[in-house]
Amino acid sequence: MLDDFFIRALLAGIGLAIVAGPLGCFIVWRRLAYFGETIAHSALLGVAFAILAELDLMIGIFAAASLVVVLVYMLERQELMPIDSLLGLLSHGALALGLLTLSFFPTFRIDLHGLLFGNILAVSKQDLLVIWLGGTIAIATLLWIWKPLVAATLNEELAAVSGLHPDRTKLIFGVLLAAVVAAAIKIVGVLLIVALLIIPAVTIRPFSASPESMAVRAAVTGLAAVVGGLYLSAQIDTPTGPSIVLIALLAFVLSRLALTMFRARKPQNP
Amino acid sequence: MPQESEDKGIKLVSATNIGVNKGGRWIFRYVDLDVYEGELVYVVGANGSGKTTCIKTVLGLIACDEGSVWHAAGLEIGYVPQRIAVSPTLPITVRRMMNLAGRFAAAQIEAALEAVGLERLGDPQITTLSGGEFQRLLLARALIHKPGLLVLDEPDQGVDLAGSDALLELINKIRHDLNCGVLMISHDLDRVMEPDSDVVVLIPHEHDDPLASYAAKPVNLACSSQT
Repeated sequence: MLDDFFIRALLAGIGLAIVAGPLGCFIVWRRLAYFGETIAHSALLGVAFAILAELDLMIGIFAAASLVVVLVYMLERQELMPIDSLLGLLSHGALALGLLTLSFFPTFRIDLHGLLFGNILAVSKQDLLVIWLGGTIAIATLLWIWKPLVAATLNEELAAVSGLHPDRTKLIFGVLLAAVVAAAIKIVGVLLIVALLIIPAVTIRPFSASPESMAVRAAVTGLAAVVGGLYLSAQIDTPTGPSIVLIALLAFVLSRLALTMFRARKPQNP
Repeated sequence: MPQESEDKGIKLVSATNIGVNKGGRWIFRYVDLDVYEGELVYVVGANGSGKTTCIKTVLGLIACDEGSVWHAAGLEIGYVPQRIAVSPTLPITVRRMMNLAGRFAAAQIEAALEAVGLERLGDPQITTLSGGEFQRLLLARALIHKPGLLVLDEPDQGVDLAGSDALLELINKIRHDLNCGVLMISHDLDRVMEPDSDVVVLIPHEHDDPLASYAAKPVNLACSSQT
């Protein structure tokens, strides 16, 4: 069964969506979209890492992305500049350094297009192992920090006074995000990973009453988008990343249409 | 180890000559402040005198650039900030919010909500609450942990006069029920001057030189006879 490239891509995408759903909720709640982009932009530097150190591609990306997370964490406290400027600096710095380093390896045939937009043919059996193993660890870690992370999302100072260490929690969350970016590289690609984090979460927001239900529903929504997008990609031979993102976007538009119609019918009870 | 003091009981927090400097300017400076069990301490001062920064320093949220802050070991602090920005995209209900930093039985949550007069609210999303309701919810959230020290930043801000009286009465009742210390920022000088409370006055700093003006020294008014 795993010999079929489509099944491999599907399993990888499902593993990715399950982790991306809850993490995407925190991106939306805490307005961390640009933080997510910054981590994603460091992925090409990670590819260079992987080639230099002869590591697995995803491990290299995880290492580079984690490095950027730690840099953001340390520099943010210095209060040298506004956070978006800091992220812009790191994001494009990492991207430039990554591209420059990769240009030194002309003999390596790097599928840049695949890295940016995903490639359904690229998922190997080893990738599957890394994604599901890493995904299990990521979910376990997320459950472990769930309570302090939600508390810090509501208000960091309240969480700190309650002894919940919001800084430490934020750092662990960043590393989890780095793991998602690494796992996403072959399925949606670095340019579109933030869309897979954000769109399911905002799609499901109006239908959720608690952080927990929103996280689970975002995972399910993301999963549906991945399955639909991969199917579309296999059928009409399009890059996987854009296909998945478009299906997610379609789900978003349909949900808002449904919401509008529902509200129009029952104005008293929105 | 809580320190015993002959007349005041157990000391909860102690700040000695604390000051915070931001970009070369002192936000506040030369503040000494102790809070004992069951004691009410007000922090007053003009706008921009660094009241909020001062209590955040006492809480340990901001590191002080001079002086030191001491907390009694194992001290549970309940903090009610002035106003907090809550992400409108985070779905969270009133009762779920009570469980943010702990796990409490429904009866305990009910009791805490009742103490602040929110028991009839049901379980709406917190984003639908009014300013006063949200302030009370923050107080209930602090209460449920049975804090040894309650720190409040202008709790009556955005509450009308009648509501403000009720709120301060409530805080006093809590102080007696839990025998906790209360550290509170207030802008209402009439209220501050009542007996049974200590006052720490913060004066804005025009100078960085302590000798430049004797007025730069904060006054520790012990207008209390702890009865």
